[in-house]
Amino acid sequence: MTGDEAASAGWFEDVEPGDDAAAAEAIMAGSADRPADWPTRADEAGFVDDEAGYYDALHAATMAATRTAVRERERADDQQLIHAVRAMDDCQRVANELTERVAEWAGTTREDAGTGIAYARDLAAGPDDDDAVVTLARRVRALDDEAAALRGRVERTAPEVAPNLAAMAGPVLAARLIALAGGLESLSRKPAGTVQVLGAEDALFAHLRGQAPSPKHGVIYIHEAVRGTRPGERGSAARALAGKLAIAARVDHYSGERKPELDAQLAARIERIRERETA
Amino acid sequence: MRLPDGVQRRSFDGEDALATRGEPVYGEPTDGAWRRWNPRRSKLAAVVDRGVDTGLEGGETVLYLGAAAGTTVSHVADFAGPTYAVEVAARPARDLLEAAAPRPNLFPLLKDARRPDSYAHVVEPVDVVVQDVATRGQAQVALRNRQFLREDGRLLLSVKARSEDVTADPAAVFDEVLAALTDGYEVLSTARLSPLYDDHLAVVARPD
Repeated sequence: MTGDEAASAGWFEDVEPGDDAAAAEAIMAGSADRPADWPTRADEAGFVDDEAGYYDALHAATMAATRTAVRERERADDQQLIHAVRAMDDCQRVANELTERVAEWAGTTREDAGTGIAYARDLAAGPDDDDAVVTLARRVRALDDEAAALRGRVERTAPEVAPNLAAMAGPVLAARLIALAGGLESLSRKPAGTVQVLGAEDALFAHLRGQAPSPKHGVIYIHEAVRGTRPGERGSAARALAGKLAIAARVDHYSGERKPELDAQLAARIERIRERETA
Repeated sequence: MRLPDGVQRRSFDGEDALATRGEPVYGEPTDGAWRRWNPRRSKLAAVVDRGVDTGLEGGETVLYLGAAAGTTVSHVADFAGPTYAVEVAARPARDLLEAAAPRPNLFPLLKDARRPDSYAHVVEPVDVVVQDVATRGQAQVALRNRQFLREDGRLLLSVKARSEDVTADPAAVFDEVLAALTDGYEVLSTARLSPLYDDHLAVVARPD
């Protein structure tokens, strides 16, 4: 088939009448430069007997195609996201631990020894295959690469699982919150006060035992709205952020539609809190 | 203003309201075969209820962009002919499937309205394009989908100011969108949908 024909071919053109799977695939994967009178074309091509038959076939094909596509997309679900973000954190943690070991060990034998993952990467690029420090550094590099790949995966899937939460919190923080709550559904059922201290459980229970002040924030600390606010106002900022994140999680769980106004409400609220410090 | 064929005013709990005939979808009140089409839940119902001249007569071929869970498009399919429902998000599309199952003239498509080439091999030229997408660049979406409209067709567009720019004045956003639309459309009428829908503008246009 030439490009021109492909550009103007209807979904039914390479489909045997009655082959539902092929029809669904053609609906989902196909494309055309411009629309055409497909019902008439299908009739002329002998794909259907009449117009009514065309719409019956079209209904069956679009239902099957959309059902399959929805199922596939939803398989990129919150549990997959939780595994991805936890694996990412594990890889990073282990890479950091091994990096310290590499630096310690290399310091005993090499004059130019440095520290950090960048140094481990330099070492790993070296030719000394028999050197135990170098092979260990290569493990660090592989773990660091894996962590980066997992981060990419989290950044891709978080907006599909929770579009509003991911837009407001950033994909990685959104994934961490979902992971800490055990799923998007359970996160959507948590009060904002709980969202605020997710990840600060040690401090929270110390507080509940009466030994410590209440924590102001858990993992949401890494959000710019909290970190970028003066320490004295961070409690307020964290409370405002947690409130909006809780709402975003509920919208994501119950409707799944993007609501950009939530982001604006948060921005306005944080701005008001920051104005206090100058006043 | 005449209602499209297949849309009637009927009494629900002593209240006069729009109704269409079809399987209930989202637990709306029914009166025999008729089910209530509530302007509070559907912007298009609000437009029709207000007597805006939409040119809808009933029986048209329709392309509906931004079908979401199918609340509005299920009513459209009740009174229109072949109705193509495009929705980009998977979660609402799952509910859209429920609405489409008992409606042989409603065709659900999990596609992005910003990329018409991904469904031009399925959608035929239509009499009406209904657009209700919450994305930046709503005028662009309308222009890209103009190719589906027959010459005497109608675009029924609901502009959501906050999707374009949450900080700007809605009136300014509407002016911008209307100006951009003139690249391919002649705007026939506009109507604000407040108080039911704040910061929304309903636009009726025809290809130019």
